[in-house]
Amino acid sequence: MRIPCPHCGERGFQEFAYYGDAGPKRPAHGGDTGEDVWFDYVYLRDNPAGPHEELWYHAAGCRTWLVVTRNTLTHEVAGARPARDVALERSAAP
Amino acid sequence: MNVAGRIVAREANGRSSAATLPTQPFRLAAGGLVDRSRTLAFTFDGKRYAGHPGDTLAAALLANGVRLVGRSFKYHRPRGILSAGVEEPNALAELRSGARREPNTRMTTAELYDGLQAASQNRFPSLAFDLRAVNSLLSPLLVTGFYYKTFMWPSSFWEKVYEPLIRRAAGLGRAATGADPDHYEKSTTFCDLLVIGAGPAGLAAALAAGRSGARVIVCEEDFLLGGRALADRRRVEGRPAASWVTEAEAELESLPEVRIFRRTAVFGAYDGGTYAALERVADHLPVPPAHQPRQRLWRIVAQRAVLAAGAIERPLVFGGNDRPGVMLAGAVRSYLNRFGVAPGSRAAVFSNNDDAVRTVADLAAAGVPVSAYIDPRPQIPAAVRQVAERAGARVLTGAVVQRAVGWEKLLYVRVANDTGQEFVVNCDLLAISGGWSPTVHLTSHAGGRPQWREDIAAFVPGTPPPGMTVIGAAAGDLALADGLAAGARAGAQAARDCGFSVADAPVPFADAESTVIAPLWRVRNATGKAFVDFQNDVTATDIRIAEQEGFRSVEHLKRYTTLGMATDQGKTANINGLALMAEYTARSIAETGTTRFRPPTTSVAIAAFAGQHRGREFRPTRLPPTHAWAQELGADFVETGEWLRAQQFSRPGEPDWLATVSREVNAVRNGVGFCDVSTLGKIDIQGADAAEFLDRVYANLFSTLPVGRARYGLMLREDGLVMDDGTTSRLGETHYAMTTTTANAARVLQHLALCREWLWPSLDVQIVPVTEQWAQLSIAGPKARAVLQAIVDPAFDLSNQAFPFMAAGAGTVCGGVAARLFRISFSGELAYELAVPARFGDALARRLMQVGNDFGITPYGTEALGVMRIEKGHPAGPELNGQTTAGDIGLGRLLSKKKDFIGRAMAARPGLTDPNRPTLVGLRPLDRAARLRAGAHFLPRDAAATAANDQGHMTSVAFSPTLGHWIGLGLLARGPQRLGEVVRAHDPVRDGDVLVEVTSPVFVDPQGVRLHV
Ligand SMILES: [Zn+2]
Repeated sequence: MRIPCPHCGERGFQEFAYYGDAGPKRPAHGGDTGEDVWFDYVYLRDNPAGPHEELWYHAAGCRTWLVVTRNTLTHEVAGARPARDVALERSAAP
Repeated sequence: MNVAGRIVAREANGRSSAATLPTQPFRLAAGGLVDRSRTLAFTFDGKRYAGHPGDTLAAALLANGVRLVGRSFKYHRPRGILSAGVEEPNALAELRSGARREPNTRMTTAELYDGLQAASQNRFPSLAFDLRAVNSLLSPLLVTGFYYKTFMWPSSFWEKVYEPLIRRAAGLGRAATGADPDHYEKSTTFCDLLVIGAGPAGLAAALAAGRSGARVIVCEEDFLLGGRALADRRRVEGRPAASWVTEAEAELESLPEVRIFRRTAVFGAYDGGTYAALERVADHLPVPPAHQPRQRLWRIVAQRAVLAAGAIERPLVFGGNDRPGVMLAGAVRSYLNRFGVAPGSRAAVFSNNDDAVRTVADLAAAGVPVSAYIDPRPQIPAAVRQVAERAGARVLTGAVVQRAVGWEKLLYVRVANDTGQEFVVNCDLLAISGGWSPTVHLTSHAGGRPQWREDIAAFVPGTPPPGMTVIGAAAGDLALADGLAAGARAGAQAARDCGFSVADAPVPFADAESTVIAPLWRVRNATGKAFVDFQNDVTATDIRIAEQEGFRSVEHLKRYTTLGMATDQGKTANINGLALMAEYTARSIAETGTTRFRPPTTSVAIAAFAGQHRGREFRPTRLPPTHAWAQELGADFVETGEWLRAQQFSRPGEPDWLATVSREVNAVRNGVGFCDVSTLGKIDIQGADAAEFLDRVYANLFSTLPVGRARYGLMLREDGLVMDDGTTSRLGETHYAMTTTTANAARVLQHLALCREWLWPSLDVQIVPVTEQWAQLSIAGPKARAVLQAIVDPAFDLSNQAFPFMAAGAGTVCGGVAARLFRISFSGELAYELAVPARFGDALARRLMQVGNDFGITPYGTEALGVMRIEKGHPAGPELNGQTTAGDIGLGRLLSKKKDFIGRAMAARPGLTDPNRPTLVGLRPLDRAARLRAGAHFLPRDAAATAANDQGHMTSVAFSPTLGHWIGLGLLARGPQRLGEVVRAHDPVRDGDVLVEVTSPVFVDPQGVRLHV
């Protein structure tokens, strides 16, 4: 599998560390979030067949976290963006 | 002749080799692509033979009239050479000797070199006289599933009796016992088009793409390019096919962007256009040339791929079809035309298709008489009949070979036709063809399912991986002209896809042919064993039994009968096997389906996968800045993760490591010592929100830490368990220097990056790993300040008032070398950690030895460090094991109530706050002379040793020179409430039981007085 790192170019997946689904939103820092919500965030994951946004860390490259869109059925990688950009976009969204 | 060859010759007979080499009675007078001007000497089972450059071992053996080359796996039946390529199931040899001995090498692909030593496998005591052929007489015991049936009871017999018996009887060669003396390497490369297979179709594709300027890589498993064009007497563009190949090869060589990888098998297709290939750089030489690897593993990243891997001929299934002398029809043509060898002296040909009659013609042309052409089809095309008759062969249609008769060599075959007539055909060579199976394996690695095509009786590729085009015989287009045309088209298209413009060029043309086939999956009234999988000795009867016993899916069939599970992965067997299963279950072959193919398509040595990563080079070795200095002092070293650290600095006369370590500990406790702690992870954290960031990632507060001070920090995971700990100092209002444990340095960095970029992207903070940039030495002991005083520059005030316990600051040492100084202590003594730029680390160690000489300064290693941290009850790796909470290791008070932090919510779960959880305590043996063992489990004093009574375990132990006895740390249920209690430390694996007393984990200076002097 090849991942197009926005900083380093296309690289083999062996250079990256997989973290997991980029979907779950972490309960707000300092908030009074219930245990069930935390449990969901820490442990529960969907297992979709098809396109999946997920976090990869370019450990043997620029050491940046990326949000990679990968098809779980075909391993086709549709793209990769810096995780920070995605996070800022999401936090700006209503 | 090279040196190795001469040595072999002398050993063999003490005389010069050339004069005494035997003649090659089955070498044809002319023809073939071998270099007849040179003769190579080789041995097979100790006997000397001659061959020529360009031969495979199989070709050379056939040239010498050697037909019996091995014994079969289960029945020890005599076996000969079946094929002329990678699909060979029978002709496996051990090549070379000593540490280079390699079993299961296919004689049909092993390239002959001068001095080659080969030995047959699976025979005892000799190939011709094999005592275990008695297995053949016992064969009712060895029917399919025999592993599961015969050796069932009693189960205690399995290990001691059955398994050794089976292994001895059914070995597949012997692995070398010495370490492989050769080296292997791995390499990655990129191209626009990868052409897999350099037969006519692949060459046409490479030419079409290469001419456009595209970067093309051509991989060919064989040592010659050309594929079937070398084996068949065909014409391309009006020239002999082999001449066309030579010209194509020359043109490809002339194109600067084209690379040809010979002896290179592409064995795996992976996602994103990534392919794995094995280049046998030096397998065709006695030993690799200087500085050359034996093999090279390639990772090839290609925008486009053309799969032109050809097809593999199938055997026919009839009685005795495994007799030496029964050979695939295409292989017979290879030996005749490519190697100039007659694989027999009187032949017959048995085929169900129009292609194999070429073998009749080629045999006749080479002067080998052909007794009969036997074809099960009632009617055959006139052209086929004509070719056979012109070659002098008797044509038997509607006829099958029922049985091949002979033992170590074929004597004759029994033929029956559809009118009930029976014939005996004398021959020592029976060429067989059941049709051709496209080599679809690589198309299936990414999930593609091969599709059955009834019209050509073959599986063709389903959906190949993205970017791959399959052409020629691999796509089911067996005709040469079709392959050439498809190659030219696919090569041009691939180049266009990669942005190159392709000029129109004529498609190479070839003579027409017929490849019509009428499937014959087994001969119905065959007598004797009819083999489907030659290498694993699976017969048609075995498949019938599997069906009767309910193992009907192809995956079950495979595992129950072991069909296709040998080193050849059933390349000649699989299709016949599943066709028979289809017949027995009255399903179509399409319905029966095929097993999935997975990489590698061919056997690859583990050494090739390991490449350079062997022994000391298994992974990178990181050396602390003082390594060379420690080496000069004769330190012992220990691997801690990737790091090689000084373990202890033994001195002459010290009886053992314990004496050394105890001396080092005593030196620190009573004088001064120093230790390289550069391996701790160091992370520089800066930014307006640095304090806020640390408050979020640490369980305790850091925003309140004054500038110039250090603090112990505890980090949790999101699930509330402890992730790591370390000391973090505030060097400025917006500048912190964090340390992590050695083991978790990379993990913590990755975690902090995730927090910064993903969880809280709006925080203004930067993090940079600086582990490699700073050499950090711990200087510890009551005299540490005096030693340090001698090297810090005057501006540094080291007095206890100016630089108290947990102070941190920057300054210079040794006359202007930038330094950071931290008054932190792992040993419990007055201690400093002094950091200088890494390049000064070695010099700093030497300077400390000088200035500390008067104080008796003593370098110490990781062992003494560990002893002192256990004496002080500091949790480390064995306690921070990924399963402990802050409370478990006695640090529950650090969980801040004033702020939120990672892991706070989940750490509050009842299971993690259960007061009965095993918690950190100290332990000392009741009998002070007793030794403690880490890993021992705690039991109530008089309780039985059962899991139900388990109350925790001993995590760390050390002999404490300060106390004069063994001490331990452990996690004990409700431990802190049980101080003074005596429990059993139960270690059934080693010493049994020791009674231990529960104590505070801090054994030395519990008030911490020494830290503050
Ligand atoms: Zn990158």
